[in-house]
Amino acid sequence: MAEAKKMRTMSFTGAIEDALGQAMAADNRIVIFGEDVHGLRMNLYVRFGERRVRPAPISESAFLGAAVGAAMAGLRPVVEIMLVDFLGVAMDALLNEAAKLEAFSGGKWQAPMVVRATCGGGYGDGGQHEQSLWGWLAHIPGLAVVVPSTPADAGALMLTALQHDGPVVYLEHKLLSGYWLELLGSGGRTTVSYDVPADGADGPVPDTWEALPLGKAITRREGSDITMVSVAVGVHRCIEAASALEKESISAGVIDLRSIAPLDRNTICEAVSKTGRLLIVDEDYRDFGLSGEVAAILLEAGLTFKYGRVCTEGTIPYSRNLEDAALPNTGRIIAAARRLL
Amino acid sequence: METDLRALYRLMLRSRRFEEAVTQLWEAGKISGEMHLGVGEEAVVAGVAAHLRDGDSMALDHRGTPPLVMRGVNLALLLKEFLGRADGLCKGMGGHMHLFSAEHLAASSGIVGSSGPLAAGFALAAQYLHPGNVSVAFFGDGASNQGMLLESFNLASAWQLPVIFVCKDNAWAITTQSPKVTGGSIADRARAFGLNADEADGSDVEAVYTAAGGMIERARDGDGPSFLLACCPRLEGHFLGDPLRRANMLELAGPLMAAFVAQPGASVAERSYSLGTLLSLVGRTAVEKNWKRHDPLVKARRKLQSQNIDLDALETEVAAEIRLALEAALKEI
Repeated sequence: MAEAKKMRTMSFTGAIEDALGQAMAADNRIVIFGEDVHGLRMNLYVRFGERRVRPAPISESAFLGAAVGAAMAGLRPVVEIMLVDFLGVAMDALLNEAAKLEAFSGGKWQAPMVVRATCGGGYGDGGQHEQSLWGWLAHIPGLAVVVPSTPADAGALMLTALQHDGPVVYLEHKLLSGYWLELLGSGGRTTVSYDVPADGADGPVPDTWEALPLGKAITRREGSDITMVSVAVGVHRCIEAASALEKESISAGVIDLRSIAPLDRNTICEAVSKTGRLLIVDEDYRDFGLSGEVAAILLEAGLTFKYGRVCTEGTIPYSRNLEDAALPNTGRIIAAARRLL
Repeated sequence: METDLRALYRLMLRSRRFEEAVTQLWEAGKISGEMHLGVGEEAVVAGVAAHLRDGDSMALDHRGTPPLVMRGVNLALLLKEFLGRADGLCKGMGGHMHLFSAEHLAASSGIVGSSGPLAAGFALAAQYLHPGNVSVAFFGDGASNQGMLLESFNLASAWQLPVIFVCKDNAWAITTQSPKVTGGSIADRARAFGLNADEADGSDVEAVYTAAGGMIERARDGDGPSFLLACCPRLEGHFLGDPLRRANMLELAGPLMAAFVAQPGASVAERSYSLGTLLSLVGRTAVEKNWKRHDPLVKARRKLQSQNIDLDALETEVAAEIRLALEAALKEI
């Protein structure tokens, strides 16, 4: 695909809103609903009115379920769940309704909907508001799960999600999404600071948004000794770790998956077949998740490789110190990479 | 039922002064993440908690601090938890939204509405293991639209559980005005499930105390669950740093006007309605900040003063208690 002309610079949050605005202007079937969307999407609320940007009661199971019905009957809803953790309240709509429709109907009926939620930690809100859960969601056949790591991908993947004919969970990490970090983290304070990846929070974006293909990873950095695979904030932590490892003459490549489901097996297999070493950095839980899945597909492809993973291993602690140690940080990534060499 | 307004005022004052100390720590950046205070709802919590005894349980929402303070959880332990310290109430693992005290049978959650089912379970255990003990669920009007809460009303009714559901109705669901997204009346919902339901002025601690007393007695006697709706003010926004409270209309004006004229889009009438809604929300939070006439502490204090009850000693004692807790919490290990 030709490199898009990149003129403008935008924040991660701004890029999503811009892409949504472009899509809503072009397709009046797109409606947004969720708790507080009048405030969260203030500009879209004013531009498109309450018929298309509709504040909902704190009734996730009702409005997520309603999104499935609305999508089945002709709308293209973007449902906001605020924090992916809150999906727990409403899982039936995704697990048993949206995800099953296409299969149950023999491929004759689909629910084109985007479930938009924030994810991730690093700002001290505790383990009920900071989970990643992309692996948990991607486990379910019939759901697509996308997780951008830059403003350019954030806007483009929103279009991808909107154009997809089935349900897509679109996750935005709070350390990249300045709006959410300000809302839930600093709350207007100048007395707190967070380890925000600068290239993820702000960056160049195209003048006009175009959708990326669904399920296509991107190589963020080439490397011949070891392949790091990650998503969201983890990608930026990997790039930082790779720069540090370079000083030790270790060449580490970084793959940004961008989509957990579908998973870009080819890009991963190709890179690991060259380096023979895989380090997966996953902010989601370690056990029964993405990190094990990537190992499995490489084994299925018949590759022999050294394997390591840096993941979140337990409930994310509230305490900032404990939290920083629990999440995949650059130090843990460097140490794990060294162990593979 | 005889009320001791001075004792109730003391419960509320300890909570208020404690949360004022928490606010300072939060603003200084010593507490991370969100901070939801119970400022404004102290009368509802005190009026209910004053009836509780050892063996009774509480399921709390994201504003769990006041009930724990009022039930006697160690203040320094709470502060240390908020500071994320290893010697905090939950070893720094939970923070203010996830507070647990097994000793007090009190558990909180940041998931809106989850206190209903939890309290029903506490009540089931009480009914089975310790008849006479009761359970209380605290939640807000926003939670009253959450399916699991309404399901727990039914469960409690069907199983005649010794539980009191207490709705602290501040008319807000985060930054949405509840009436806009709520069908019918919350108390009618509770009645429809067969709960013994009543309403009390949630800014009047004696009114809450009286209403809750009957409900708790009923539950202790094995006569089933109740629902109490208590309207109260939200004096500090949804959480500290509430965006509506901080909204800078000068900064927002540019993007909003651009959105107002961007084409294509909704009709001018629809856009005007959206803009008007946003302005009224910002205006309303600004007004509520100064809602002294609804402040339960101001109301209780005035009444006590009108009865010529001297509060100096009490207020000095509470201030000293909070100061000591702060000193203990901030002392390095």
